[in-house]
Amino acid sequence: MNDKSITQVLVSIDSNTVLSGARQIKTKLITELSRQGISEEVRVIETGSIGPTNQGVVLGVFPGGELYANLTEEEIAEFVQERFVKGRTYQKRLLAEKLPEEMMLQEYDSRKTQYYGRIVLDNCGRINPEDIEEYIGVGGYEALGSALQEKTPEEIINIIQASGLRGRGGAGFPTGLKWSFTFKEKKYPKYVVCNADEGEPGTFKDRLIMEGDPHKIIEAMVIAGYAVEAEQGFIYIRGEYKLSIERLQKAIQQAREMNLLGENIFGTDFNFDIQIKIGAGSYVCGEETALLNSIEGYRGEPRLKPPYPAQYGLLQQPTLINNVETLANIPAIILNGPDWFRNFGTENMPGTKVYTVLGHVNRPGLIEVPIGITLREVIYDYAGGISSGEFKMAQIGGTAGDILSAEQLDVPLDIQSLQALGHNLGSGALLIMNDSISVAELLTSCMKFFAHESCGKCSVCRIGTEYLYTACNRLRKGEGYADELENMRDIATTMKLTAFCPLGQSVAQPVFSALKYFKNELSKSIKQNKKSFSPTREKNSKVIYYS
Amino acid sequence: MKNLEELKKIRERVKRDLELRTGKHRIKIVVCLGTCGIAAGARESMNTLIDLIAKSGRSDIIVTTSGCAGFCEQEPMIQVYVEEQEPVVYGKVDTKAAEEIFEKHILNHQIVEKYLFTKGK
Ligand SMILES: Cc1cc2nc3c(=O)[nH]c(=O)nc-3n(C[C@H](O)[C@H](O)[C@H](O)COP(=O)(O)O)c2cc1C
Repeated sequence: MNDKSITQVLVSIDSNTVLSGARQIKTKLITELSRQGISEEVRVIETGSIGPTNQGVVLGVFPGGELYANLTEEEIAEFVQERFVKGRTYQKRLLAEKLPEEMMLQEYDSRKTQYYGRIVLDNCGRINPEDIEEYIGVGGYEALGSALQEKTPEEIINIIQASGLRGRGGAGFPTGLKWSFTFKEKKYPKYVVCNADEGEPGTFKDRLIMEGDPHKIIEAMVIAGYAVEAEQGFIYIRGEYKLSIERLQKAIQQAREMNLLGENIFGTDFNFDIQIKIGAGSYVCGEETALLNSIEGYRGEPRLKPPYPAQYGLLQQPTLINNVETLANIPAIILNGPDWFRNFGTENMPGTKVYTVLGHVNRPGLIEVPIGITLREVIYDYAGGISSGEFKMAQIGGTAGDILSAEQLDVPLDIQSLQALGHNLGSGALLIMNDSISVAELLTSCMKFFAHESCGKCSVCRIGTEYLYTACNRLRKGEGYADELENMRDIATTMKLTAFCPLGQSVAQPVFSALKYFKNELSKSIKQNKKSFSPTREKNSKVIYYS
Repeated sequence: MKNLEELKKIRERVKRDLELRTGKHRIKIVVCLGTCGIAAGARESMNTLIDLIAKSGRSDIIVTTSGCAGFCEQEPMIQVYVEEQEPVVYGKVDTKAAEEIFEKHILNHQIVEKYLFTKGK
C-alpha cells in the first residue's frame, strides 16, 4: 500500500451520527483536506461507533486518539485549518476523553484490582467495518483459521466451556453447554442462528457491535457452525437496523469473495454460508422459538419448550441460537484461550459486558466493563455521575428488568449476586433515573409496552399485561384502589407461574422489584376507599379472571 | 482463503495503515507545521522522514505534526521522542538534516549535535 498518510481521521458513522450529518461531514472533510493540499497526509476513514453518544458527529484523530464531538459542517474548514494545517488541537470541539492508543485497553478498573480490556468492542470505532482487510489486519479470521486447521469441533466446544462464557442475550445460559447440546444431536442439516433482534427497550449494544465490527459476528458464526456441524447460518435482525443490515450484507459478500464463507473454507472440507433474515419489529420475535417461527414464515409466536432448539429448532432440525454479543466473544476466546478470558469478570460469569447506560447521567452511551462491577461504579466512574437531582432508581436489563433502589447500588452486576436477590442481569440496558420520575410512572410505561407486545397466544399474558397496565395507570394518576398492590402481586405471580413463554413470565420482574423496594411510594398513590378492582367482580371489565 | 499463510499476507499488507491507530510506537517524530515551518520547508522535511520510515520497514516509528512552537527562526523544527528518553528538539532541519537525524538519532540513538536546539521538556 502506497499510503503516505501520517494522520488518520476516523469518522464515526453509525445510526446516531448519520442522523447528525456524519456522512456530509465526511464529504466536507475530504473536500477541505484536498483544498488545503494535504489529502495525502491526512486520511479519512469511516468507522463504527467510537463511544460518546448524544454528541452529534464524533471524530477520532490518530495518532494520539484525540476525540472531537458536535462538529458542524460549517466548522470543518476551520477545523481542518487548525488541526491539520497548523497542527494544533481544535479546542472548541475537543472532548476531555481520549481514545486509547493501543487497541486493547489496558486500564485499571476503578477497584484497582485487575486489568481489563475490551473484548467485544475492541475494533469498534477503530477499523473500517466495510473493509475486510482492516479486520484481517487486526487479527480477524485468524481464530477461524486456527479452529478449522488445528482443532476438532469437540476441542472448540471444550474451550468455550472452559472459558465459562454465558449468553449475553438475557438468560445467561452457559454457551459451551448449549453448543455441546447441539453438537450431540446427530440429525442433519443443523443450523446456527444469530439473534440480532435486539427488541429490549433501551438496549442497542448489538447494533453498535454489528455496525462497528460486522466481520467478528460472521467469523464467530462460522466457528460455531464448524463446532456444532452446521453448514448454514441465519442472522435474524431487527428491520429498523438499516445500517447494520447494510454492513452485514457487505461483510458477507466480502467474506464470500475471500472464501471465508462458502465451500472448502481455509482449504478444509468444511462449508458454511450465512443468510440474513429481517424481522418486522415484534418484541416477542427476539424470544428464540418465536424467532424460529418467524424465520420459517409463520406468525412470531413462541413454541413450547422443551424440546429446545438444540433438538428441534429451525425446520425441526437441531439449531444453535446465540446472541450477537455472545458470538462477539468467540474469536478472542479461541485465539487467547479460556484462561485468558477468565482474567476478566467473576468466577461465575467471566468476561466483560457491554452496557447501554441511559437516563439521568452525564455521559449516556455504551461501555464495556468487566462483569461484576457495581451499579455505583457504572454511574459514577463511567457515566460521569447523575446529571441532575439525586439518584433514585435504576432499571437493569431493559423493560423486563428489575427496578433497583439506592440500596442496591453496591451489588455487583453479575448473575449470581443478582440472583441471590431474585434479580436478573438481562440484556445490558441500564436506565438510570433521578427523583423526578415516579415509580408508578415507570411501571406504567413498562406495562404499556408489554400490553402492546404480548403476542396473544396465551390468555394469562394477554389479559395480565392489560390488567397490570390499567392498574399502574391508576397508580400513576394517584387513583389506586385500596387493594391495588396486592392484586398486582397476585396477577404478576400468576403470570410468572403460568404464562406460556418467558415474555409473560418476565413481566413479574419489574412489578415484584418495585413492590419490594418502593412499596411506600406506591402506597401513597392509593386514594380510593373502594376495595378492589378485582376483574372477577368488576361489572364492565373485559377481563375474565378465574379465581 | 486457502490457509493461515494467506491471511498473514493480507495482514502484513495493511499493517502500517492500521498501526497508526493500533500499534505501539516507541519513537515519535513531531514536525512543527505552523505557517512559519511550512514556509521554511517543513513539509519537505516531513515527507523525507515518512519515506525514510517506509524504507526502513520499521513500524514503531510515527510522524505527527504540531503548530508553531514560538521559535520561528529555527524552523523547520522537529522533536524526537524516544521511549524512556528525554525528548530532543532539532532546528533548521532541511531534507538533508532530516536524513542525517534519521540515520544517526532515530536508527542509532546518537544525538546530532549539529542541529540540536534543546533537550528535555
Ligand atoms: C420476550 C423475549 C425477548 C427476547 N429478545 C431477545 C433479543 O432481542 N435478542 C437476544 O439475543 N435474545 C433475546 N431473548 C433471549 C432469547 O430467547 C435467547 O435466550 C437468546 O437468544 C440466547 O442467546 P444467548 O445464549 O447467546 O444469550 C429474548 C427472550 C424473550 C423471552
